[in-house]
Amino acid sequence: MKHFAGIDVGSLTAKAVVIDENNRILGSHIMPVGQDSLAAGMNAYAQALVKAGLKKEDVAAVVSTGYSRKRFTEATMQKTEISCHARGVSVVFPKVATLIDVGGQDSKAMKIGKDGKVLDFAMNDKCAAGTGRFVDVMAHALNLTLGGLSDAALSFKEELTLSSTCTVFGESEVISLLSQGQSVPDISWAIIKSIADRLVSLVKRVGIEQDIAMSGGMAKNRALVSRLEDRIGFDIHVPGEPQIMGAFGAAVIAKGE
Amino acid sequence: MTKFRVSETMKEMMASYYLEAKNAAYNHVPVAWITSGGPVEFLHAMGVIPVYPENYAPMCSITRVSKDLIEVSEAAGYSSDLCSYARTDIGADMTQGGPILGLPKPDMLIVGTNICHTVVKWFEVHARKYNVPLFIIDMPYLHDGMTKEAINYVVGQFEAFKTFLATTLKRPFEEEKFREALFLAAQVSELWEKVLAMGKKRPSPLNSFDTFIHLAPIVTLRGTQRAVDYYTQFYNELEELTAQGFGSVPDEKIRLLWDNLPIWYKIKYLSEFFAQHKAAFVVSTYTNSWAAIQGNIDTDHALEELARAYLSPYINRDFKYRIDYLVRLIEEFSLDGIVFHSDRSCKPYSLGQYMIKEEVTKRTGKPGLIIEADMNDPRVFSDAQFETRAEAFLEGLEK
Ligand SMILES: Nc1ncnc2c1ncn2[C@@H]1O[C@H](COP(=O)(O)OP(=O)(O)OP(=O)(O)O)[C@@H](O)[C@H]1O
Ligand code: SF4
Ligand SMILES: [Mg+2]
Repeated sequence: MKHFAGIDVGSLTAKAVVIDENNRILGSHIMPVGQDSLAAGMNAYAQALVKAGLKKEDVAAVVSTGYSRKRFTEATMQKTEISCHARGVSVVFPKVATLIDVGGQDSKAMKIGKDGKVLDFAMNDKCAAGTGRFVDVMAHALNLTLGGLSDAALSFKEELTLSSTCTVFGESEVISLLSQGQSVPDISWAIIKSIADRLVSLVKRVGIEQDIAMSGGMAKNRALVSRLEDRIGFDIHVPGEPQIMGAFGAAVIAKGE
Repeated sequence: MTKFRVSETMKEMMASYYLEAKNAAYNHVPVAWITSGGPVEFLHAMGVIPVYPENYAPMCSITRVSKDLIEVSEAAGYSSDLCSYARTDIGADMTQGGPILGLPKPDMLIVGTNICHTVVKWFEVHARKYNVPLFIIDMPYLHDGMTKEAINYVVGQFEAFKTFLATTLKRPFEEEKFREALFLAAQVSELWEKVLAMGKKRPSPLNSFDTFIHLAPIVTLRGTQRAVDYYTQFYNELEELTAQGFGSVPDEKIRLLWDNLPIWYKIKYLSEFFAQHKAAFVVSTYTNSWAAIQGNIDTDHALEELARAYLSPYINRDFKYRIDYLVRLIEEFSLDGIVFHSDRSCKPYSLGQYMIKEEVTKRTGKPGLIIEADMNDPRVFSDAQFETRAEAFLEGLEK
């Protein structure tokens, strides 16, 4: 049996996945990128190999992806995370036609054709509004963990609106809402709504077509997925571990080469 | 970027053009600053040297000084939302900076609004500083195709422009020389069109990064014999190259259209990036605009024809026209897709691109990519963000 690997080093986290010929995930690992993206990627890869009980020599091909993809000169090939997320998710959900990948710095909406081929895509412009970074900063301001912010948002009572989509101004707005005595769940929900609104207009640029799926670390934010489903009007399929879909897709692409 | 034999000729020609302009005052020759879509034939008729802030601004960008010049004008209070050509030019004027240490002092300023209205306010700044007359030729945006009214409206202003020149220069307007300039300008535009049509060849002997550079003479020297000679030479060289099967992008696999202005300070990087991916820009709406300015001079209605020509550039046309035009180019140039540069500075060019892209894809099945950048302000460009978007787009085009 041959083995393949994908390494996805994004703007915030490094992910690695090792698969077999049947696309079965044998080992995976997620860790923060930190200062050195190459080291983080190699580290994540080493951990994924350990979990799979394999050695580097057992792996037939590796594809690197994500912002730092070009640093992995040892990789068999480099592909953008757009192609990789699309490929990975289409293995998990073969009927996917629209995919939303929201990571730390970028949000992407993709229109997907047969075999996970990307027909069209849209990306946020150069600004962290509508990305994971926005939520991370807000969670920090509210003194919550990421899961905590999502849970809090789901128990909101009153509809508040965050007027700023800018991360910097948004943070000061959150602090002033707190000082006005607004509750943490209500503010959390306002944050989720603001980011969901940005994402909906992004998805509309490529057109909303069923089935719809979501990947990237932000797909773990249950409040966000639920708000997006309400706004779009359809169910959103989320893979068991959405954050590693880019690395998984990269491994699947490695197999094809 | 491709090294042509004529590339050297162009360098020499542009150098002597700027030298003449710089020495104009010494030689008692009047200088006019004029916008890129301004009707330069009138100036040539009167022996006025036209000088283009919109040519000098990209020169500053390519030589990597636009950022510093932009910072100068921003520090003086000009908004960062203002077109970066204006910010570069005003900064260059304030400091007498850039590759030729500032443009020669103008004797008059000529604005055509067939590109945008920013140019009006921008040239007004210069008019106040230099205390010279400013002549504005209002060329209305064609919301609904070419109309007789628009043409007549512009013809009226062309007549007034003749009077303005005669009054300002205190000598009669030279109709004979005007006819000659019209004749030469029409010839140049026709030659430029033929040069650009070489992009239809597969592989294409030239690409848009080449034509962006070789655009300089048609912008600055349209209406002169020099420009006619130059593009004749260029065209002949291209014919030779195609006969040898030469492609400007080695192993050309993907054929693309570039929409909007170039990203000047990144032109070398972009040219290498796309060449590495075997993608050639074989046509661009931007360079095509100077082929559109093509007056028919074999007529008694030369001014009408000239007005029609100057109203024609892509940037002055409505969205429906733009969509039909792009669809036609996809067909004519056998394109695989379109790259839309969404230019933060140039609102009239960038407005509507998302919708245009969607419509064109719907009609042709050919995808588009939008790149957010700016033609002259390098602070807006991020290599990593660009590469992710562009590579994803090219991965989708791989056959
Ligand atoms: N358990 C969780 N609950 C909610 N959100 C989470 C959780 N874990 C991670 N996230 C979100 O995921 C984001 C990171 O996602 P991901 O790892 O996909 O980003 P990336 O690939 O590094 O970034 P990019 O693709 O933009 O370069 C974080 O900003 C965080 O908001
Ligand atoms: S770049 Fe656009 S906004 Fe700037 S002067 Fe040219 S047409 Fe006007
Ligand atoms: Mg990612």
